[in-house]
Amino acid sequence: MSEPIHVFTLFLFNIVLVNIPLLYGTVGEIVVEKAGSLDLGVEGTMAVGAIFGYLAGCAANSLLVGLAVSFLAAGLCGMLFALLTVSLQANQNVTGLTITTFGLGLYFFVGKGLGADWPAMTGADALVKGFSAIELPLLSRLPILGKAVFSHNLLVYLGIAVAVLVWWYLNFTKTGLRLRAVGENPGAADSVGVNILLYKYVHLIAGSGIMGLGGFYMALYMSGSFEGSNCWINGYGWIAIALVIFANWNPVMAILGTLVFGFFNTLQIYSGPLAGAFPASLGWLNSIPPQLYKALPFLITAIVLVGSSIWKREGSGQPAALGLNYFREER
Amino acid sequence: MKKILALALAAAMSLSLAACGNNSGSTSPDNPPASNPGSASGAGVSTPVDSTSDFKVGAVYITSQNDTAGYTFQHHNGITTAMKALGLDPADLIVVDNVPDTDDTAVANAIDTVVNQGANIVFGISFGYINAMNDKAEQYPDVIFSHGTGYMANDTNFNNYFGRIYQARYLAGIAAGMKSVELGNNNIGYVAAYNREYAETCSGINAFALGAQSANPDALVYVNKINTWGDEAKERQAAQALIDTYGCGVISQHCDSAQPQLVAQENNMFGCGYNSDMTEQAPNAHLTSAIWHWNVYYQTAIQAAMACEGDASKFVENMGGNAYYAGLKEGFVDASPLNESIAAPDTQAVMTAVRDLMISGEWDVFSGVKLSYNITDGKVEIVKTDAPLMCDGVELKDGSLVDRDFEIVPAGGPPVDDGVIKGSMNYNVAGVIEG
Repeated sequence: MSEPIHVFTLFLFNIVLVNIPLLYGTVGEIVVEKAGSLDLGVEGTMAVGAIFGYLAGCAANSLLVGLAVSFLAAGLCGMLFALLTVSLQANQNVTGLTITTFGLGLYFFVGKGLGADWPAMTGADALVKGFSAIELPLLSRLPILGKAVFSHNLLVYLGIAVAVLVWWYLNFTKTGLRLRAVGENPGAADSVGVNILLYKYVHLIAGSGIMGLGGFYMALYMSGSFEGSNCWINGYGWIAIALVIFANWNPVMAILGTLVFGFFNTLQIYSGPLAGAFPASLGWLNSIPPQLYKALPFLITAIVLVGSSIWKREGSGQPAALGLNYFREER
Repeated sequence: MKKILALALAAAMSLSLAACGNNSGSTSPDNPPASNPGSASGAGVSTPVDSTSDFKVGAVYITSQNDTAGYTFQHHNGITTAMKALGLDPADLIVVDNVPDTDDTAVANAIDTVVNQGANIVFGISFGYINAMNDKAEQYPDVIFSHGTGYMANDTNFNNYFGRIYQARYLAGIAAGMKSVELGNNNIGYVAAYNREYAETCSGINAFALGAQSANPDALVYVNKINTWGDEAKERQAAQALIDTYGCGVISQHCDSAQPQLVAQENNMFGCGYNSDMTEQAPNAHLTSAIWHWNVYYQTAIQAAMACEGDASKFVENMGGNAYYAGLKEGFVDASPLNESIAAPDTQAVMTAVRDLMISGEWDVFSGVKLSYNITDGKVEIVKTDAPLMCDGVELKDGSLVDRDFEIVPAGGPPVDDGVIKGSMNYNVAGVIEG
């Protein structure tokens, strides 16, 4: 048995490592929703980004190619969504669900279709290396936090950077302001000359692309092992949609949301080691029924959703025109 | 111009439909020739001519029949292999898949579907189908019901089946134990779907631990349970946690995917898999797997069902009992070929010797007799010692734990009976630590 403090550090480390795809999914969905579109296809979009990003990354033996292709492949899902809901005015909820079904179907179709030709990640050393931990100078020497927060792989840092960048973009740039106007009141934005069609398309594609990066992360985390019984994304896409509300459409708050959900998600695995490391103070963790551990992350999310819808009505970040298609003629 | 285009599109569509039609005719993984011997024997002089051609097999699966690995895949493979061996047409297999085992109504509907399509025997592969199978066996007395991993049955048309997988796990435990001696690390990890909640899982953990202890008396088995039969991400996290927190050098598993083996490989550790030979996925880490040969049961059962010649009530009698529980001897379970390039020296010799011992029926895992080995120049001498089978605390109905070091079988005592292993084992043997 390792030292108790080491077990605790590992617990914190895993909260970050395992749950970062949620951050990508949430931030991507925030971008999409800020443009006034409710895309329920996060799960499918992430799956598409995951599988094509992984395959391309393996073929090219390059992390950058993997990232780019996952962004583009998922972006295509976003474009499909935009084509159907923005240009053809299809119902957003139904289209989003369609994207999920389509994305998961494509994931299994491609994965199972490749069969024995499926590339192993061990064959692409650049991916293995790209996903290995980077210890930040000085910071990683801090006790506990050094390992838990500052000794992660590149994509973890990238996820945080993307969240902060999107936050800055939405709040402090002119195009970000216009984007929010499109989500709040497209008619008004249109009347002052904002190109609604362009804004919607660009941000739906970019937001979906960010989700795709989360999918790619998950592919690398799972060592690119495709076994075909469940998808790598495994429900993260759905939780991301809930976390958007949790974060009140604020990308920086999405980091907190990811950590809170991740805490309960990872607790399920670490309850045993934690109880063993701190028998006096945390021994009770072992007596919690396992079913509760499974339900907890979702229970907490549900409670937070209810709470936030009660309390945040005043300062809600929810775009007023979310989920409503924009007909120029009906302005 | 438009008309020509429409015509071309229509032609393309009908062509693609035709192509699909062709494909679906041979979707079965078995090659087309597989059905030929079947029809040949059907047309031949073998006695059950009519019943062969009419006989339909029904199956209810928990995940997709198109899976390429995992639990459903193993069963589907077993059923199709058995049908092929018996000369049945693969088209006579009626499947309803993706049936959740938490929803009795869904299971009942699935059973209705396969029965209405004329299935003579219905296999249900998941434990949770138990109530629905029991009800339907009563409702359809003319159809045979056979439930995998369950415990319910009647005296006519309803049985259950399972294997002594714990025997194979004991063999895997030997490989893990010998590797732990070589590594000088007594800590062995075990990623488990569940532990004491099911006799299936805890008998597997216990057998593995006893096998490991036979080769390394100081071996400790740390169990991290993920509370689901299959979740690749959770399996990965649990395996990594075992390595990180307990410093385990060998990782075994009772869960669906090869993730624990991949994690072992990434950490330059070793592991024992489950369900299929995982050396392919983790060639530098995987020692051996406890594997099933489900076709052994399915062939026996389908044969017995066909011999009923329409009278489903004779099935249990034909099977020689309403619970089929075979092991190494019948070839129902086994350890997959040992990965000799990484296994500790002499592992194979010990495993073979113990395997023979179990096949001969001379000794079994859960008894008051422990094994240890003297190895000289590759020759293995098995030493049997009378020692009580100790338990590490047993969970009572109210959730409380009885004290440790509780004696299950006295030294030299007879093995625990099958009922305990199959339905009521709810304890861990000494040396198993849940954490």
